Amino acid sequence: MAKTCWSPPSVADSQSERPTPGAGETLLRVSGLTTKYGAISALRDADLHVNTGEVVGLIGPNGAGKTTLLGTIAGLLAPDAGTVVFKGDDITGAPSEQLLRSGLSLVPEHRRIFVDLTVEENLKIGGFTLPKADRPALLDEMAEQFPVLREKWTTPAGYLSGGEAQQLAIGRALMSKPDLLMMDEPSLGLAPLLVDVVFDLIDSLRASGRTILVVEQNATRMLAAADRAYVLRSGEVVAEGSGDELLARSDLFDTFVGG
Amino acid sequence: MTELLQNLIDGLGRGSIYALLALGVAVIFGVMHLLNFAHGELITVSGYAAMWALTSGVSWWLAVPLIIVVSIATSLVIERVAFSRVRGASDFTLLLTSFGVHFVVQAIFLLYVSASVKNFPRPGWVSNTYSIGSLKVEWFDTVVILVTLITLAAVTYLLQRTMFGLSLRAAAADFDTARLMGVNSNNVIRGAFALSGLLAGIAGVFWLMRAGQTQPSAGIDPMLKGVLAALIGGLGSLRGAVLGGFVLGLAEVVLRSQLPDSIASLTEGVVFALIALLFIFRPGGLITVAHAERV
Ligand SMILES: Nc1ncnc2c1ncn2[C@@H]1O[C@H](COP(=O)(O)OP(=O)(O)O)[C@@H](O)[C@H]1O
Ligand SMILES: [Mg+2]
Repeated sequence: MAKTCWSPPSVADSQSERPTPGAGETLLRVSGLTTKYGAISALRDADLHVNTGEVVGLIGPNGAGKTTLLGTIAGLLAPDAGTVVFKGDDITGAPSEQLLRSGLSLVPEHRRIFVDLTVEENLKIGGFTLPKADRPALLDEMAEQFPVLREKWTTPAGYLSGGEAQQLAIGRALMSKPDLLMMDEPSLGLAPLLVDVVFDLIDSLRASGRTILVVEQNATRMLAAADRAYVLRSGEVVAEGSGDELLARSDLFDTFVGG
Repeated sequence: MTELLQNLIDGLGRGSIYALLALGVAVIFGVMHLLNFAHGELITVSGYAAMWALTSGVSWWLAVPLIIVVSIATSLVIERVAFSRVRGASDFTLLLTSFGVHFVVQAIFLLYVSASVKNFPRPGWVSNTYSIGSLKVEWFDTVVILVTLITLAAVTYLLQRTMFGLSLRAAAADFDTARLMGVNSNNVIRGAFALSGLLAGIAGVFWLMRAGQTQPSAGIDPMLKGVLAALIGGLGSLRGAVLGGFVLGLAEVVLRSQLPDSIASLTEGVVFALIALLFIFRPGGLITVAHAERV
């Protein structure tokens, strides 16, 4: 399988009106976020922030609440308490379709590509909120940046391999020109070689100035790739720090596999 | 041979109407997982509108757009008043709600209009025929088949080539993920009900032209045909629904002409028995919708 050749896309052309905070300034701030499923709090009083230009990792064992956290930020789940501030706006509880327009895009857990739609159609729907005239250029950009996808442009996405599907899911999310790209376990279920492709992709996205929040169970790889990271356990943020700091804390890794 | 060809044309004419009805049922099922037992009510309501217009001297030329517009509007109103309240509920709740709508609409006409059958004039050309060799073809069937083909082509274009169609297909496959892409759920669902109403409206025009009458329970028959055809084709598959409509129309016509006279009146029952058989061998209908992501 071909490796992704990623040429940095322009980052400064988000579709939202509001200016993106400059490099190093706070892009996303989550404060005291609590989300419950019925009586069970899957996420408790979580604090987290992402600065423009950073790659931030979110690691933790299965069931820690990572997907719940991303889902709540992305407007798929309604929080029971706390706030989410994005680009200075309080977006707590806003529906996901509105959040996408303001520059927040999620690559969901298990990729969730549309298997009956072709590769091209999947990408097109990723750019659903764009003005019609902007779509062709972005499609060309994606075809260039993901050669694997270009080869299967008119193939139904259900026929893609896991690695190809993951690239499609990421390309689809990039189609909306997000200011913040969130990914939920992009390496899940992939063969080791394809896990490399995903982390290479994260590296090149960072090199091109993208801001990314990634959930991973592959903790050591994630900490090596991230500027900063948070550790989530039983719904609570239990540690935060630079990738290197957290890697050095062996106590964090006793309780879950994935290192 | 001639008889078979004759059956084929008659069956395609009948099947066209079923295909339009089934496609409307399948579109709604696709986006909402709602098996709409109130689909026939679109024809009940537009049938009364046609009756009032035609019996007060309005021509069929004006009744045709009226039927279509009333059908679309009814579809949107039913969505707003009933189905929007149970969005995301269990399939069973949705099913019960659609039964509820079916009975409420029927009751409204029973209480406030009349329990009896209301007649209206049919267009004169409905029973005209022309001959090709020894075949006798109805102008009506010819028009129905042509209009259906044009409609299906237009719907295919809408679904395959427009952003609205794409969002509809994406939402049908995975609503949450479609919303993540910025697809607005209200727009998709209302669009689906408008499309379903349009298709029922076109089918309704032909249904009413042929029937020349309406009554409170007029929706049951078209609803049954549409739902059955969608089931035959495999619920969730739009192509399957169209195929199911044509299969159902052909089966009815062929059976009626081939069965011995003594049981020809039981055609309906025989069709049901065949459908039951189909589901024993292919529980998912003719076209099975597969949703598996290969890893
Ligand atoms: N839809 C749901 N209904 C009820 N409980 C849920 C649901 N989704 C997740 N949970 C529970 O919430 C907790 C956090 O889940 P999740 O956010 O998916 O964790 P992670 O992504 O870290 O593996 C788990 O205990 C899980 O069982
Ligand atoms: Mg998860």
